[in-house]
Amino acid sequence: MKSSDVILQTTSKIVFFVILLFAIHLFFEGHYRPGGGFVGGLVTAGAIVLFLLAFDIKTVSILLPFDYKWVTAIGLLISILTAAGSIVFNVPFFTHTYDHFHLPLIGETSLHTAALFDLGVYLVVVGVTMTIIQTIGESE
Amino acid sequence: MTETIKIISIALILIGAFFSLVASIGVVRLPDVYTRNHAASKSATLGVISILLGTFLFFYVEGHQNTRLILAIVFLLMTSPVGGHMINRAAYYTGVKLWDKSARDDLKGKVKIKDTLL
Repeated sequence: MKSSDVILQTTSKIVFFVILLFAIHLFFEGHYRPGGGFVGGLVTAGAIVLFLLAFDIKTVSILLPFDYKWVTAIGLLISILTAAGSIVFNVPFFTHTYDHFHLPLIGETSLHTAALFDLGVYLVVVGVTMTIIQTIGESE
Repeated sequence: MTETIKIISIALILIGAFFSLVASIGVVRLPDVYTRNHAASKSATLGVISILLGTFLFFYVEGHQNTRLILAIVFLLMTSPVGGHMINRAAYYTGVKLWDKSARDDLKGKVKIKDTLL
């Protein structure tokens, strides 16, 4: 379509990874500081929208071959399974738990099941936002 | 040492506020889209970066190393000029006239200017 967008395309190739890194950072620090699945998902969707602006919709669908409706479905499934997993241990629905683990390379970490629920929220937000934007963008 | 760095950070924040003021005065005073965009994108970028650097130094002395501010500085350095470029490009391609005292126009006749509602 547009052939002379060299400056925008080159910049968006670099900036995409900066935004993606920031989105992951926001996602993982949501338990202790401002951030979380919702903001992280929106920032990730923003990075993909930057690619949609710089390139066209077909190039982006080759680059990131996801059906975003499936992403939404998988996110909902992860959230509901995290919530339902507490039933197995004979505690009320949505009871979360955490423990301290010693992982190789990373060291002492405390892992919480709320992060899995947040992962579901993240996938739902990315999926819904990208579905809306792609649906509006494709109709002519 | 701590007090010196705090004074440096105060100076950086004041310089940043001054450059932002200069940018806004430039947007009001300059004659056409291109010169206004020049003032806004260049001066405001330097102003915001200076404010962020001052904030980083202030909190660094207090004991917090906020790397997000460094990331924001790098991000602004990369994106703000590109934003200015895209606005100028869109303005030129849709046929916005230059200021009548402009001396040269290297793109004249080399790009196809669309007929628009302007």
